[in-house]
Amino acid sequence: MIPAEFKYLFPSSVDEAVRMLAEEGEDAKVIAGGQSLVPILRMRLAAPTALIDIGGLTELTGVRDDGDSLLIGAMTTHYEVQRDHLIHDHALLLKLVTDTVADPQVRHRGTFGGSLCHADPAGDLLAPALALDAVMIIAGPSGRREVPASEFFVDYFTTALAPDEILIDVRVPKYTGWGAHYEKLNRVAQAWSIVAVAAAVQVRDGTIAAARVGLTNLGSGPTRAVDVESALVGQPVSAIAEAALRASAGDGYKDNLARVLTGRALTAAVAG
Amino acid sequence: MTATAEPEVGKARLRKEDARLITGQTKWTDNLQLTGMLHMAVLRSPVAHARIRNIDCSRATALPGVAVVLTGEDFAAEQGSLPCAWPITADMKAPPAPSLAVDQVNFAGEAVALVIADSAYHAADALAAIDVDYDELPVVLDLEEALQDTDLVHPDLGTNKCATWIFDSAETGSGTNVEDEIASAEVVLERTFRQQRLIPSFMEPRSVVVDPSADMFTVWSATQIPHILRWMLAAVSGISEHKIRVIAPDVGGGFGGKLQVTPEEMLCLLVARRMGRPVKWTESRTESMLSAHHGRDQLQKITMSARRDGTVTGLKVELLADMGAYLRLVTPGVPILGAFMFNAIYKFAAYRFVCTNVFTNKVPTDAYRGAGRPEATFAIERMMDELAAELGMDPMKIREMNWIKHEEFPFSTVAGLTYDSGNYEAATARAMELFGYEELREEQERRRSSGDPVQLGIGISTYTEMCGLAPSRVLGALRYAAGGWETASIRMLPTGKVEVITGTSPHGQGHETVWSQIVADRLGVPFEDVEVLHGDTASSHKGMDSYGSRSLAVGGTALVHAADKVLAKARRLAAHMMECDEADVEFATGSFSVRGTGTVRTLGDVVLAAHVAHDLPEGMEPGMDADATFDPDNFSFPHGTHLCATEVDTETGMVRISRYVAVDDVGTVVNPLIVDGQVHGGLAQGIAQALYEEAVHDEMGTLTTATFESYLVPSAADLPAFLTDRTATPATSNPLGVKGVGEAGTIASTPAVVNAVLDAVRHMGVRDIEMPLSPERVWTALQGGQS
Repeated sequence: MIPAEFKYLFPSSVDEAVRMLAEEGEDAKVIAGGQSLVPILRMRLAAPTALIDIGGLTELTGVRDDGDSLLIGAMTTHYEVQRDHLIHDHALLLKLVTDTVADPQVRHRGTFGGSLCHADPAGDLLAPALALDAVMIIAGPSGRREVPASEFFVDYFTTALAPDEILIDVRVPKYTGWGAHYEKLNRVAQAWSIVAVAAAVQVRDGTIAAARVGLTNLGSGPTRAVDVESALVGQPVSAIAEAALRASAGDGYKDNLARVLTGRALTAAVAG
Repeated sequence: MTATAEPEVGKARLRKEDARLITGQTKWTDNLQLTGMLHMAVLRSPVAHARIRNIDCSRATALPGVAVVLTGEDFAAEQGSLPCAWPITADMKAPPAPSLAVDQVNFAGEAVALVIADSAYHAADALAAIDVDYDELPVVLDLEEALQDTDLVHPDLGTNKCATWIFDSAETGSGTNVEDEIASAEVVLERTFRQQRLIPSFMEPRSVVVDPSADMFTVWSATQIPHILRWMLAAVSGISEHKIRVIAPDVGGGFGGKLQVTPEEMLCLLVARRMGRPVKWTESRTESMLSAHHGRDQLQKITMSARRDGTVTGLKVELLADMGAYLRLVTPGVPILGAFMFNAIYKFAAYRFVCTNVFTNKVPTDAYRGAGRPEATFAIERMMDELAAELGMDPMKIREMNWIKHEEFPFSTVAGLTYDSGNYEAATARAMELFGYEELREEQERRRSSGDPVQLGIGISTYTEMCGLAPSRVLGALRYAAGGWETASIRMLPTGKVEVITGTSPHGQGHETVWSQIVADRLGVPFEDVEVLHGDTASSHKGMDSYGSRSLAVGGTALVHAADKVLAKARRLAAHMMECDEADVEFATGSFSVRGTGTVRTLGDVVLAAHVAHDLPEGMEPGMDADATFDPDNFSFPHGTHLCATEVDTETGMVRISRYVAVDDVGTVVNPLIVDGQVHGGLAQGIAQALYEEAVHDEMGTLTTATFESYLVPSAADLPAFLTDRTATPATSNPLGVKGVGEAGTIASTPAVVNAVLDAVRHMGVRDIEMPLSPERVWTALQGGQS
């Protein structure tokens, strides 16, 4: 790999990282696990003047119980997410989605927060973050702020993060006892999704009490199938097939996939 | 010396090569560091067709670490034209092929300028500072449009047509006239198939180092063909051949993609000569995909005539083959290799093959695993299924009706070859048994009648291939510029250990292991006592290198002959030492003995006696070395039956291979572990053509699949567990009985997979889907649309 020249910085705290980011200006870039940024550097599609490596900020790793929600450190690797008991018990959908991310090497290096900040619409973690009402906790020169996922993902590879801000934590409400499933269609194991559907369902006494459905790679960012979600509330499980048709109205291939995969994801989540 | 009791040939030996490869102890070309070495980076054209108005190097030259920036004009007088060794017809059009573009670029990725710098980083940095002014020309991309000559890739040639090559069984006398057969046929099928463009995707990117010191040019290159490369570098550069040494160190895969004399090899040589310092160039993956030769890319129009009972009477093949922008080493000959394989294992009365080679503004094509033969096998195996569907017959039955029976060998084919051996019945019977053909047909019927969204299909490929390239006289008749022989040398060392030098050039196949097994048996020495040297023109001065499943069938035979020469001389010396008549000397498990006595001399004793030379028979030279060169009389013809079951999700178009059986007949197997590995890798690449891989260009001629993110090479995670087995019908054309296995899996599997998918959805109105069968193409076909 032969990238363009850059300055390499290794902060030891979030505050130092934020200060460095401000000092280096807008051509500086934060590098987390590097699984998206390094290929970009390799191909010289970007030539940041400085890389601020937040890999030493252990305060940003791990999952904490915060009452009604979980706090997931932005530098928690996919591998750690896959094996975390809190996530398994309270946000199973995230585990199931993470299981499908790329390959073991990538999952050991790549991070939960890094994937969200890269905001590739084909990235797997955006749709569940949106569907689960995750909230991004962001550090910047003027302190901390919180941005809900619905406002965080702006466009292709674009988030609400300002150039001088760093994502530090992601708050995910607890979905204890919900069924979950990620239905992903990709051509080879390491390829991006053509379309994928992240579904979480709460079933009480045979009736769907609540549902969350997020779609991967159907637009310029993750989308949420709110029509499907609302059509399911209070319905028996048998209503899934009909409700799934509301996932997309178009007649293109990806629209068809959205409907088919939504049905399959919900069915599997309920069976879960 | 201990004798080996159990034969080495047939043993599943772990590979000698692997310990150094998997523990990082080997040196790839890119690992070489030489004192004073410069680094070369190549600026490549971003446009597919343009005149170069001006190149301004001034900014780049001024950057840190840059020694010099060079353009085509700097080399115009010395770079010559890269060689094409296969002028398939006397009137073939061949444009000049400069290593560095001088005034025109003809494909996106063509080398336009070089930065020579003190580090690879400085060299790469300076590329962006070279300003090239392009005057863009219309691009020629589509084969059929190209033939209209509206826009020309090479205006000086006056046409985009490179050559037309014809084989006709009525003209050669190997069969009847195909037009007569078609005119009188009960059934005539016409189909058009597209062989998409593929990228060889070897694991180790190409890399070259040239050291011009000490009155010698030493060239290290990640190449399959060190010997041919040395010859061609000398021929093109004018540097005397004896002053060029080419070394192919461990090479990480090739698949035909390193069967080439590349612009970058030539340029490193010229730069090293100019600068008087060592020069290294190593490509990135994207650079490789943009500039190393591609494979396949043919449009096949096939006409088959048959009787209603299923007997095929004739086959007419009309091909358009994409050369890309230039003719590289064997570019025009690749589709011609297929000419002899469209008839495959079948008996047709008539056969005609017409191939027109066409220039386009794309990366040149050339050999890629199978080279011409996969294309042919795909077409005929697809046609056999089409005929079965047309006649409502079982596709296996229709093959059986038409194939050559085992008792009919040797068999002269309608394409003019003589198949020495084969047993299609045996391989098929074993494959059917492993596969559970009848049960799967029942399962298929169940899913059809229940309207299961996941339909099941069964695909068949009963293939053969011509391997063991090649009898030199045949190559001569095909106007190929070189021979097809191979060499081996055996050096018996004073301590009884053995050095083998082979003219083949392994790049992942495991020759060191297999050659050791053969020598161990032949000379009765331990496997561990054999060292195999290769890939260095200083130690093996002649060889024709490795491609076309030739190394074992041709090079292995040379090795057997060399071993036999060693034994013949050793026997004579042993008789002298034991004071007996040579006719009374017996040789077994590494020792000579005199019949009827207890007198014994080991091969080691005899070798030492030859080495010290104190008491040799009158006229015998000291030493116990031998060389042999073998030129085969015939090709070898591996064959087999592959059966594939696919599940097609009709709601998403996704294809999943649920069962794959490969029963191959590659003749005698020297190392079953290596054969299995070759088959598995070959299957992966053949399946990849069916389902995943495709080099795509946009309307400007830019390759849009220039990373592994968009060019989908499958991994183990995407492939089923293969059920493999073998039948062994030894080749009669070589003493080992081997046929070659390097390309079998690739050749056989593509049509098996596509046939299986079509079999799953044919009842839903789908007759063909273009490769690769992406889920979107399959789904679109199921909607009744164009795939």
